[in-house]
Amino acid sequence: MIGVFHPGRSLLHRAPALLKLGLLAAFVTAVALQGSLMALAVASVLVMVLFLIAWLPLRLVWQQVVPILWLLAFAVPVQVVFGGWEAAAMMAVRLVLAVALAALYTLTTPVSATLDAMQALLRPFRRWIDADRVGLTLALTIRCVPLLAEIVREVLEARKARGAEGSIAALAVPVIVRALQTAEHLGDALTARGFDD
Amino acid sequence: MSSAHSTSTSDSDATTAVPTPVPRRPRSTARDLAQIAVFAALIAALGLPGALSIGGAAVPITFQTLGVMLAGAILGARKGVLAVLLLIVLVAAGLPLLSGGRGGLSVFVGPSVGYLLGWLLGAAVIGWATARLLPRYPIAPALGWTALGGIVAIYLVGIPVFSVVTGTPIGAAALASTVFLPGDVFKVVVTVLVAKGVHRAWPGLIEPRSWPWARRSVAAESTGTA
Repeated sequence: MIGVFHPGRSLLHRAPALLKLGLLAAFVTAVALQGSLMALAVASVLVMVLFLIAWLPLRLVWQQVVPILWLLAFAVPVQVVFGGWEAAAMMAVRLVLAVALAALYTLTTPVSATLDAMQALLRPFRRWIDADRVGLTLALTIRCVPLLAEIVREVLEARKARGAEGSIAALAVPVIVRALQTAEHLGDALTARGFDD
Repeated sequence: MSSAHSTSTSDSDATTAVPTPVPRRPRSTARDLAQIAVFAALIAALGLPGALSIGGAAVPITFQTLGVMLAGAILGARKGVLAVLLLIVLVAAGLPLLSGGRGGLSVFVGPSVGYLLGWLLGAAVIGWATARLLPRYPIAPALGWTALGGIVAIYLVGIPVFSVVTGTPIGAAALASTVFLPGDVFKVVVTVLVAKGVHRAWPGLIEPRSWPWARRSVAAESTGTA
């Protein structure tokens, strides 16, 4: 579970996550409200410069931007029909810029740094949200993803061995029951380690 | 089976946390927390490449919405929503947990973010209704309510957001989303069948409640046992 993050030593990698988050939010808002193609062109150059500073492998950047291109393949023709060429171009550039910059954030920021930043952002709400519990649950979930993937795989194989491949219930019910058993064990383990009482 | 235990521990909470007293707020027990984490992980695991595929590879059907519906139908509204929320937070933090290995903040500035947020509403609706359908959990109403949460609620958030972000007319956005409808109907059926089986095998996951339009005496009875 390394995430999308790609390690590096650039200025963008070293900048604090909260600062980057703030700048990202400001940029995305500005691009969304921007009405002229000229301003969007300037923004595009800016984003390109930022990518050059970060110096990431092209393959990773491409992976992040491809999903939005698929959506644009649908949305641009529709927009051309209903709104004309200019509106379609603006929409496409806006979206690609926002997605590219958000991807840049994710590629240059480790997951732990983002989680810490979120925890800092949650601080004003500590009357309602217990940051320690949230942190513990997040960590538990990260640990559980490979565990659950393994459960799904095992049940798939068991199903194949029984020749019940057609039945989706033969897959889903055992997966859920085993997931609940796992949760039971985890809960016992947490209680045994002094969680909550 | 666990309700007596959980209420007995709730009064010792005050020693561990916040100085401001938050009385009578249902705090998650260790088991609740583990269930939330496990279901968030299950939704993620259902989106892993090669985890599941039905039929050919012509239409990539993701099973993550199945995970979302199951979270609501198995854990109930509160825990189900928290499980989905947990997954969304981890995605935002940069883990590639959405189907196709998507993750990171780029998901949240893209046009399909509405569907992701719709998952929260969907899990809430399904969980709310499931608590009222139990303990009998009749199939026909369960199908209706699960479709309302797992399809209508999710599309209700997803389609307008898609329309606004891409600037396409809402009708076109709605039309495009019908591509996913057959898969989603299938997932609703699976969710109900699975929920029926699991609630029979593992009772007590969701505390049954009465419909808001049910008679008062029934409501008083069910809160008395809580």
